[in-house]
Amino acid sequence: MNLFSRYIEFIADYNIFHAFWVNITLTLFSGALALVLGTIAVVMRISPIASLRGASTFYVNVFRDIPLTVVMVVMFSVVWVQLQVSFSSDMSRDFYILAIIGLGMYHSSFIAESLRSGINTVPLGQAEAARSIGLTFMQSARIVILPQAFRGSIAPIGNTIIALIKNTTVASVAAVANETSGVMAAALEFGPQFNFLIFFTFALGYVIIVIPVGLLTTWLSRTLAVMR
Amino acid sequence: MSGIETSDKGASDIEPSNEELSDVVAELRHVEKYFGSLHVLKDINLTVGRGEVLVVIGPSGSGKSTLCRTINRLEPIDSGEILVEGKLLPQEGKELARLRADVGMVFQSFNLFAHKTILDNVALGPRKARKIPRAEAEAEALELLDRVGIKDQANKLPAQLSGGQQQRAAIARALAMHPALMLFDEPTSALDPEMITEVLDVMVSLATQGMTMVVVTHEMGFARKAADRVIFMSDGEILEEATPEVFFTAPTTDRAKDFLAKILQH
Ligand SMILES: Nc1ncnc2c1ncn2[C@@H]1O[C@H](COP(=O)(O)OP(=O)(O)O)[C@@H](O)[C@H]1O
Ligand SMILES: [Mg+2]
Repeated sequence: MNLFSRYIEFIADYNIFHAFWVNITLTLFSGALALVLGTIAVVMRISPIASLRGASTFYVNVFRDIPLTVVMVVMFSVVWVQLQVSFSSDMSRDFYILAIIGLGMYHSSFIAESLRSGINTVPLGQAEAARSIGLTFMQSARIVILPQAFRGSIAPIGNTIIALIKNTTVASVAAVANETSGVMAAALEFGPQFNFLIFFTFALGYVIIVIPVGLLTTWLSRTLAVMR
Repeated sequence: MSGIETSDKGASDIEPSNEELSDVVAELRHVEKYFGSLHVLKDINLTVGRGEVLVVIGPSGSGKSTLCRTINRLEPIDSGEILVEGKLLPQEGKELARLRADVGMVFQSFNLFAHKTILDNVALGPRKARKIPRAEAEAEALELLDRVGIKDQANKLPAQLSGGQQQRAAIARALAMHPALMLFDEPTSALDPEMITEVLDVMVSLATQGMTMVVVTHEMGFARKAADRVIFMSDGEILEEATPEVFFTAPTTDRAKDFLAKILQH
């Protein structure tokens, strides 16, 4: 048997598809959370109320500046172990949910910054026109400013999502089991002779996931661009 | 000084149908405005009568735009009072948003919502600020677009229209709120010459229908044809106030004379 077929036999014992599926679902849930939190943060950032602007600036800077690993360790060892925040009787479910919250908050700071750059592409006159027809601040933000800001920031938001896809591997520090980085570490431990092939397998998996996301964002930012 | 002036123009289908309307639509009392240390509005006292068309003229940087923008509180003022329909403008919040809707504003750069169709642009204010059902708001929006001559453009995006068409759409958008007062801040200065007339025609027809208007413009043809009163601003002050006939033929201040000489050269 050659090296390659021995590797296939070896790696079949590891549920690689399931591992990727864990990372994909982590991406979907934490990505949705990041979009919601990032949007709230950016609306606060442009609001007429100074304390909301300050709170948003603080939140964004904190999560942008702290390393993701630290955020995830805090989710596990502070929030779960010390504060004993729990969502269910199933420990692994708790870890999964806490990882989503940590990933979501961390990436929401980047989403907020992307959206803010998108808002800067919206001419001031758009907000003035919205106010002059009697829209409130929230109506102007929701109906006039944010839709244009989203279209103007699809590329940076796409980059944040791509970073998120890869960053979900840090969930292992928050004790999420069976995701790709944990499975890869286990495979490397039991099959060191295949180390290059193991790396290659997981790298290829991420490339296969990330390429369509990149193509999609490029296409979306072209087709949704606001004509001025 | 003709502070309150009731115009002799015909009855209108645009004016709001309140029962007891006073003769005064907007009143500014001792309004002061600074940008940092720059004194941009100096003790402005001004009354705009119902149905009156007031043209504001003056050199660039004299505070004409700022004056317009304070009347619907796009700019806050530092002291003085501004009343619209007898009500003092509040500082911020929902209340202000509601009062602001009574004052229509047409900008130099149109400012149509770039991601919305022309129809949506016009129907948006009534739907969202006045909670009028979509079908009703769109029906009226189409009527207004018809009135400004661009009904056939209703489903296009602003960028697909010419400047003149965009500005007419912006006028329709402001009219959709049934404003008590319309502010025009140099509505034709961003337009190519061949499109200026189509916008001015719409404005003249609004004026003859009895709309109360404050118009910043250097279009003397419009001022002569439609204005009841001209005010001349310089360095944040109102220096002259007269009928167009008197102002253009016999300005009293040197600054107004200089200014008129300059714009007449072009
Ligand atoms: N947002 C602003 N911040 C600081 N200065 C401003 C602002 N807007 C206008 N100004 C200044 O105020 C003065 C009056 O401006 P403006 O009302 O736009 O004049 P006009 O419309 O007559 O040309 C000008 O000197 C202008 O530079
Ligand atoms: Mg101006």
